Amino acid sequence: MTDPVLDVRNVDFTYRPGEAVLRRVSFSVGEREIVGLIGPNGSGKSTLLRVLDGLLKPAAGAVLLRGRPVSRIGREELARTVAAVPQEQPVPFPYRVREIVMMGRFPHLKRFHFEGPDDIEIVREAMEMTGVGGLADRKMGELSGGERQRVWIARALAQEPEVMLLDECTVFLDIRHQLLFFDLLHRLHRTRGIAVLFVTHDVNLAARYAGRLVLLDRGEVRAAGPVWDVLTERNIRGVYGTEVLVDRHPSTGTPRVTTLAAL
Amino acid sequence: MTAYRVLGISLLLALVFLAVVIVSLLSGAVSIPFADALRGIFLGWMPGESPLTAAQRDIVFSIRLPRALFAGIVGASLAVAGAVFQALLRNPLADPYVLGVSGGSAVGAMLGIVAGAASLSVGVPLFAFAGGVLTILPLVGIARKGSDLRSETLLLSGVIVNAFLSAVILFLLSVASRAELRNAMFWLMGDLSAAGLREAAAGGLVFAAGFVVLYADARPLNLVAMGEETARQLGVELEGLKLRMLLAASLVTAAAVSVSGIIGFVGLMVPHMMRLVFGADHRLHLPACALFGASFLAAADTLARTAVAPSELPVGVVTALCGAPYFIYLLRRRDL
Repeated sequence: MTDPVLDVRNVDFTYRPGEAVLRRVSFSVGEREIVGLIGPNGSGKSTLLRVLDGLLKPAAGAVLLRGRPVSRIGREELARTVAAVPQEQPVPFPYRVREIVMMGRFPHLKRFHFEGPDDIEIVREAMEMTGVGGLADRKMGELSGGERQRVWIARALAQEPEVMLLDECTVFLDIRHQLLFFDLLHRLHRTRGIAVLFVTHDVNLAARYAGRLVLLDRGEVRAAGPVWDVLTERNIRGVYGTEVLVDRHPSTGTPRVTTLAAL
Repeated sequence: MTAYRVLGISLLLALVFLAVVIVSLLSGAVSIPFADALRGIFLGWMPGESPLTAAQRDIVFSIRLPRALFAGIVGASLAVAGAVFQALLRNPLADPYVLGVSGGSAVGAMLGIVAGAASLSVGVPLFAFAGGVLTILPLVGIARKGSDLRSETLLLSGVIVNAFLSAVILFLLSVASRAELRNAMFWLMGDLSAAGLREAAAGGLVFAAGFVVLYADARPLNLVAMGEETARQLGVELEGLKLRMLLAASLVTAAAVSVSGIIGFVGLMVPHMMRLVFGADHRLHLPACALFGASFLAAADTLARTAVAPSELPVGVVTALCGAPYFIYLLRRRDL
């Protein structure tokens, strides 16, 4: 058993003294693992992601990236290991898709370096893999939501990371694009061996695509482990205040959550 | 983006600037035959070779050349500062004056004019520069306070600072004498007639230093333009970078404004034109803005000198008259 890629140990975080947003949060993301982070609004999911990629500093505890505390790793080095995919982001200037994806190469280049043939090849591959190769010369403003989402993934891929953090990336996508998105994620995970931590509101998508789940409730980990252990009717009732039915999905074999009534 | 593309396009735009300067040397109230003038420009520095009279040579080299160069430096300063502010604040409507540097410089200049500094040759620009720099200082205070320098906060504080300073300017104008008033109006509209070799050299020095600082961060600036969180996630150490760039861009603006007065539209429009033509990558965008801004303002100033010759328009009138309609056209044609 090697070190986990990402190891979260007893993390506390607070924006204001006395109002803890995260309390003693612990879990880990192993080598080549896909972990889903779920929890109701305000449970601290997005804050946790920001702590994980070093944008916010924990008040106590530590986030270890292959055994090293994230807070002691410089931004550039961190960006070579951890890539974040945003949910939807305005692009205020007319950058082209190729330029956006090339921004993923930033942490690999020295200050005055222009991109070399290697970088161009890596960017081409990333665009190919995410299916935006044909859009390389288009401006971001001209793309659909699904296309833009794939550009953000391509940019993350161009960073050549070991871990990808995804923050509710599918909320603005229709059901087809949601599935395409997660299929792509799975493919990347298989072919590149990238560990993935994704945040989502959709417990069914989480159940289907994650290997393990972490259920967050008011800043604390309520349950963590295999999907069947986390997605129980009891857990969901306790955390979401909602009566649900959990059964086996007839075709995927993963848990299926059907909402019944809000309590 | 490759270094060759940046160099190639920069060279091209430098040639455009050279052409504008030559045309500017040939135009003016005193007409000089075209062929003579051309030979004079290229051979004039050799003793005995010039076909121009001593008076003509004086006009071309001691009056028109420093003024064209100075116009170029002011244009470059405003365009580069505008581009940097637009990217840092992620706001396509930002310009070099957005944080109040112009207002501060104007108050300084008005004080100088009212205090009679106009009789000293460097008086008014010195006052204006001091005023501009003093406006930047509270900005540094705001910037230092939180680790995160929110662009909305900056924009709003700029609006407020400018509003306050406008009131001070109006007050100073209301107590000014008639002669002072005319001086003040020309300064406020932007006017390059005070430009000499010394101003061109000083402005050039400040611009060069500022440009080096800004261009060193051209690549991370691309990411900052996408959003600060994104920039950090992609590996930019934001601390220091924003403050460094805000200060450099503000100083470059203050230096330009201190002599030229408040020339509008160059710093807003040139970055948009350059982005439309060459894209938004700042490694090319900044030099393109510098060179085209220089050409644009030198051309506008030539027009200002000659349109109603032998009298002169303030160059700010020309830039606003050309700039505003063009900008509306841009807005209608496509999104920025």
